[in-house]
Amino acid sequence: MVLSAGDKANVKAAFSKIGGQAEEYGADALERMFTTYPQTKTYFPHFDLGKGSAQVKGHGKKVAAALVEAANNIDDIAGALSKLSDLHAQKLRVDPVNFKLLGQCFLVVVATRNPSLLTPEVHASLDKFLCAVGTVLTAKYR
Amino acid sequence: MVNWTAEEKQLIASVWGKVSVEQCGAEALARLLIVYPWTQRFFASFGNLSSPTAIIGNPMVRAHGKKVLTSFGEAIKNLDNIKKCFAQLSKLHCEKLHVDPENFRLLGDILIVVLAANCGKEFSPACQAAWQKMVRVVAHALAHEYH
Repeated sequence: MVLSAGDKANVKAAFSKIGGQAEEYGADALERMFTTYPQTKTYFPHFDLGKGSAQVKGHGKKVAAALVEAANNIDDIAGALSKLSDLHAQKLRVDPVNFKLLGQCFLVVVATRNPSLLTPEVHASLDKFLCAVGTVLTAKYR
Repeated sequence: MVNWTAEEKQLIASVWGKVSVEQCGAEALARLLIVYPWTQRFFASFGNLSSPTAIIGNPMVRAHGKKVLTSFGEAIKNLDNIKKCFAQLSKLHCEKLHVDPENFRLLGDILIVVLAANCGKEFSPACQAAWQKMVRVVAHALAHEYH
């Protein structure tokens, strides 16, 4: 799966429109993931996962920042997320299936908050981008 | 048998009440073919699928999308008996259409995004959870008679 020039342009434009709200998008995506896919909570036994949790907001901010970083360095996502990739492989070891779940939730957040942004073409590009990010983060697992 | 809470039933019904089956069905199928282009393999007879614009405007895609979502509506009317409701459709997808059940999961995820865009903020996390369960159950029922 390769990001075309068109995909890259779509992703950059999308994140540019999302702008400073990325942190909120991140937190919203996490909340949706925990509600929709309860098994994902198993990675956060140390978190308060209740509604409005400051920890979830904080973590959403981190997740969003990583996505923004990847979008800003879309020609070398592996390079941009190399440290995060190491972290996930050595310490966090989140099962690869879960990245798809978070990706789906992120798309839903964009759909609910900015439906006009999510044209079919942008939907396709963002889905590919989120897949690529998940692939990078699990690339060093074995 | 699937266990639906009263809240889940209410969330499913309330979203469904706002849905134009024709519009959302067409949208969902078109997006499936655009976001996951390999799914076009099942629609060689549908004519022009050469670009997102062509797919969205394709009358066969629109008609088939409406048909698919209309079937979905049957499941919503028969929440307590979805497997039975879809037994024939399941056999059809296996024996005649030869569709890998993974495609039902892909369409389900796409449908969720379309519903989310339709409902905006009203598509709460609880709403999403109920609907992800719904599409999962439908996909499972459609795969149930595979052999």
